[in-house]
Amino acid sequence: MDRYLLVVSTVCFLAAVVHTAIELRAGVFRPMRFNFFAVALGFIFQTAFLSMRGHELGRCPLTNLFEVFIFLAWSVAAIYILVGPAYRLSLMGAFTAPLVVLLQGFALLAPIDIRHPVRVPSNPWLEFHASISLVAYGAFALACIAGVMYLVQERQLKTHHLHSIFYHLPPLTDLFAAITRLLWWGFALYTLGIVSGFFTGHPLPRVQVGAALGVWLLYAAILQGRHLRWLAPKRVAALCIIGFSAALTLLWGITFTAQMHSLP
Amino acid sequence: MNLFCIGLSHHTVNVATREQFARGATAESIVREAGCTEALLLSTCNRVEVYAVSKSRISTDEIARCLLRKIDTDPHDYAPPFYRYEAERCVQHLFRVASALDSMVVGESEILGQAKKAYESARTSGAVGPYLHRLFQRAFRVAKQVRTHTDIARGAVSVGSVAVDLAQRIFGKLSCCKVLVLGAGETSERTARALISRGVSDLRVSNRSTDRAVELAQTVGGGFVAFHEWPAQCREIDILITSTASETPLLRERLDRPLFIIDIAVPRDVDPGVNDMEGVYLYDIDSLQSVAEQSLALRRQQVAAAEVIIAEHVTDFVDSISRGLHPAPQTVEHASLGKNSLRASEL
Repeated sequence: MDRYLLVVSTVCFLAAVVHTAIELRAGVFRPMRFNFFAVALGFIFQTAFLSMRGHELGRCPLTNLFEVFIFLAWSVAAIYILVGPAYRLSLMGAFTAPLVVLLQGFALLAPIDIRHPVRVPSNPWLEFHASISLVAYGAFALACIAGVMYLVQERQLKTHHLHSIFYHLPPLTDLFAAITRLLWWGFALYTLGIVSGFFTGHPLPRVQVGAALGVWLLYAAILQGRHLRWLAPKRVAALCIIGFSAALTLLWGITFTAQMHSLP
Repeated sequence: MNLFCIGLSHHTVNVATREQFARGATAESIVREAGCTEALLLSTCNRVEVYAVSKSRISTDEIARCLLRKIDTDPHDYAPPFYRYEAERCVQHLFRVASALDSMVVGESEILGQAKKAYESARTSGAVGPYLHRLFQRAFRVAKQVRTHTDIARGAVSVGSVAVDLAQRIFGKLSCCKVLVLGAGETSERTARALISRGVSDLRVSNRSTDRAVELAQTVGGGFVAFHEWPAQCREIDILITSTASETPLLRERLDRPLFIIDIAVPRDVDPGVNDMEGVYLYDIDSLQSVAEQSLALRRQQVAAAEVIIAEHVTDFVDSISRGLHPAPQTVEHASLGKNSLRASEL
């Protein structure tokens, strides 16, 4: 039953993707409220799914890779709904929806929804660590999306070839302000996530901790580079994409390793 | 009741011919002289059109005579092809005109204001009755809808407005931008004025001729910078408008904020390689022109979408007033004002 909710949610996000693709192809892209409502509706179904799964498990639904991906997709949608309205909501939705479709589509199609044979006991610190880290990943994902938008806009301005989407993208300086804020929020939450990981009571796997600190250092370097004006906005936008790819790979690694060792 | 439109536009005749019509004519005089029950005269640089309602059919020549009556030149020289649209085609034509689909620059914004002004003028004089009132109110609604739901008015189509548009795409609000105008030519002045109209408050002018720089600075409400001091200004400005054959500014990569350079000098002041620098966006006169052409092409792509909106409104409008208006069997008639008829009118 709960998977049906997820399918409906994915269809909502897919509708936003298809709508945008059709309009872009026709050269008549208009950032109307359709994307925002499609994402908001998808978010409601995501929340319903996570709620049902949480009640079923008796804890935060982060016990396998499938749930981790859905939680991440939920974080992305939640932050978009919170942040999007400040930065041309529908357009950011047009860029957010494909990422959510990819995450949820993969989670639904891949055989990764492996239930634990025994009920996993609740561990508040572990649940806090996992959930806050995933919300941080959501902020990094949005920074990555804003980075893509920045690079698209920048490229058009540099080459002097303006597509119809150019007129719907936010100004470069506004986009960069959004990237910077999202990076700071993501970094603060990620730091909190790492610190809380030390209180879970579980033995800390060195490789995972090392990789997590590597991602933390990468984002710290981006923010410091920007703060000291060593990095141009374009480089920061590109690094946001690289950083999120690294973070996503790490997330996969952590969850996969945890599943291999039957750890929640 | 007949609803019709008779006119000349940039599609059919040149400006020299258009300007010979409608001098001194008013909606009121057309009502009085041609025997219409309602009339409205829309006279712009692109068109001279009369929208009218009459109980019986009024010929194109009669309306043309009203438009021609005050010219001093010998009317025998003119035989312009007036177009005539009746009933549904008239409604469609007005909706297209108000939506700027029939304009020389598709999607331009002036026509709507001109149509409103023409309507207001005719209404004040009592030449507009219930039919034209409903027709024009609907036309204004259609025009607004077309502009909102399509990209017909998207993008700038002149060099000055393209520059301002691009500046907004880079910086967002221009009120915090510092602008340096280097060279006080006509295009620089126009671009500077356009930037000021969009909120720029910190504008500095530098020119080889101090007098001209001071004059322009005073005209646009900016500050004056001595010509030998402008390179130092480059460090703090956001937008540079250059139109003087000076040496290339010494620019480093801008890592803190973007720099938008508008090089409208011929030959160009700024090396094209500057555009490859991080954070620097260089547009010369050709690239500004190219963006303007892209905008125009984009607007033309939107015509089909706008036509769909208009068609829906035409059907709805014609249905709603069909009881009061009986369309004439002939919908479009391209008429010409013959020399003989002109002579007859003189007699």
